[in-house]
Amino acid sequence: MQNIIAIFKREFKGYFNSTIAYIFITFFLALTGWLFFRSFFIVNQAEMRGFFAILPWIFLFFVPAITMRLWAEEKKLGTLEILMTLPVKDHEVILGKFLASYTFLAVTILLSLPLPITILYLGGPDKGPIIGGYIGALLMGGAFLAIGLFVSSLTENQIIAFIIAVAISFGLLIIGEQFVLFSLPDWLVPICSYLGLGSHFSGIGRGVIDSRDIIYYLSVILFFIFLNTRTLEGRRW
Amino acid sequence: MIRVSNLTKRYGNNVAVDGISFGIRKGEIVGFLGPNGAGKTTTMRILTSFLAPDEGTVVVAGFDVFKEPLEIRKRIGYLPENAPLYLDMGVLDYLNFIAEIRDIPAGERWMRIKKIADLCGLNNVLKRDIYELSKGYRQRLCLAQALIHNPDILILDEPTAGLDPNQIIEIRELIKEIGREKTVILSSHILSEVSATCGRVLIINEGKIVASGTPEELSNTATRKEKIYINLKGQKESIETKLQSMSGIASFRIIEENGGELLKYVIESDGDTNLSEALFHMAVDNKWVLTELRKERASLEDIFLQLTIGER
Repeated sequence: MQNIIAIFKREFKGYFNSTIAYIFITFFLALTGWLFFRSFFIVNQAEMRGFFAILPWIFLFFVPAITMRLWAEEKKLGTLEILMTLPVKDHEVILGKFLASYTFLAVTILLSLPLPITILYLGGPDKGPIIGGYIGALLMGGAFLAIGLFVSSLTENQIIAFIIAVAISFGLLIIGEQFVLFSLPDWLVPICSYLGLGSHFSGIGRGVIDSRDIIYYLSVILFFIFLNTRTLEGRRW
Repeated sequence: MIRVSNLTKRYGNNVAVDGISFGIRKGEIVGFLGPNGAGKTTTMRILTSFLAPDEGTVVVAGFDVFKEPLEIRKRIGYLPENAPLYLDMGVLDYLNFIAEIRDIPAGERWMRIKKIADLCGLNNVLKRDIYELSKGYRQRLCLAQALIHNPDILILDEPTAGLDPNQIIEIRELIKEIGREKTVILSSHILSEVSATCGRVLIINEGKIVASGTPEELSNTATRKEKIYINLKGQKESIETKLQSMSGIASFRIIEENGGELLKYVIESDGDTNLSEALFHMAVDNKWVLTELRKERASLEDIFLQLTIGER
């Protein structure tokens, strides 16, 4: 546990030691804020559905940018060799890195809270979908992070890590989308709809927190963390 | 302390380490010497449990690298090639991070860091960021990282690569200092480095150990032939007929005759006889003036070349 905390602290501080974190947060808030308010006064409804609808697509590019350096940089600099000869277990390092990037993402998401507060002030929104949307965003973000972290362990090039993570996330995102499901044979539809990263998010976003959705996101996270332990183990061969 | 038997490591079809075996006793300073790509780094990575061996066993401090890597990692300090560091961290932050993972209790951490910073000469840069540091300081910081938990065994991969001559001497002194209490393994492709710091040398080439021993043993055994440089004043013909008739000379060759009387020869002995004495008497008997008589023993360089190139 102490090791996980030590690695967590190093990685989390690492985001703020460089200017990346600040650029990242600013850009995220500016983009989501603009996309939200662009239509907010036109539609004239006190709700955040539009915000949560575009969130998966923003995550698609933002989250791989958070995770791309986590392993690739260690490999490039050679620091992996010191890190993995310290008395730490593989899964402790992975969890430390995952939790650090998760916390960073959570901070970024929570900094968008002025949006719902504004809405609360301007009108009387249904609070269920907003709370559900934030919980869903955290769960979905975790899944994107686990994918990105795993992909980062495959290469020492951060750009490649970013692109492959976007590609995999994109694949998992669109297989649950309506226009893809239409073109699929009937027997594949329930499977793809279940596997889609976005479909579970829209469920939670309606304010309905279903244990199946939570289990889905947790399994995706665990699955990619497991793959990550394999790639890390694989370096030794 | 370290026992390696029949260790083999392959990358695809390429055999990086080919069935090597050796033992290292507690308190020894051992140098791995070999050309680039000989398998030194791979061997070290296996000793530190960064890589797993394909065949053979490696036992460090009584633990098998494959079965109990964590126990070994606790007892080893490792300086990888090129001193990799997190450039975005501060020096103090970094040492704190390592100390934390190395399980040094929070109360003692500052003391340990101070002590290690003193030893490695890092006091001036403790407040700086790592990316600002020069190569020499980075090397020292990386060494400090390897020493902070007071390990029994220190593994240093090319500890002086890329340093300037002053820094090289400093680091060597530091290694010698540390080596009084610890078992040290270091690698290098520079011979003078190994002969200056190590009690024992393993010469590795193409994944195999081709020679081992103390630097003196190696330079004595590899070639018994002596080279003698001699400068004489005298008549060329009579000198050469004398040299031809002397026993114990394998070959001789004139290297300089600048018109005058002074002649410079290089003579190779054929083995055991002590030639320099005989040469001295020859000069005295014939009343030739002897201005220089110099013996050259086969240096580590020669042995290294013989072993790593000569065999192909």
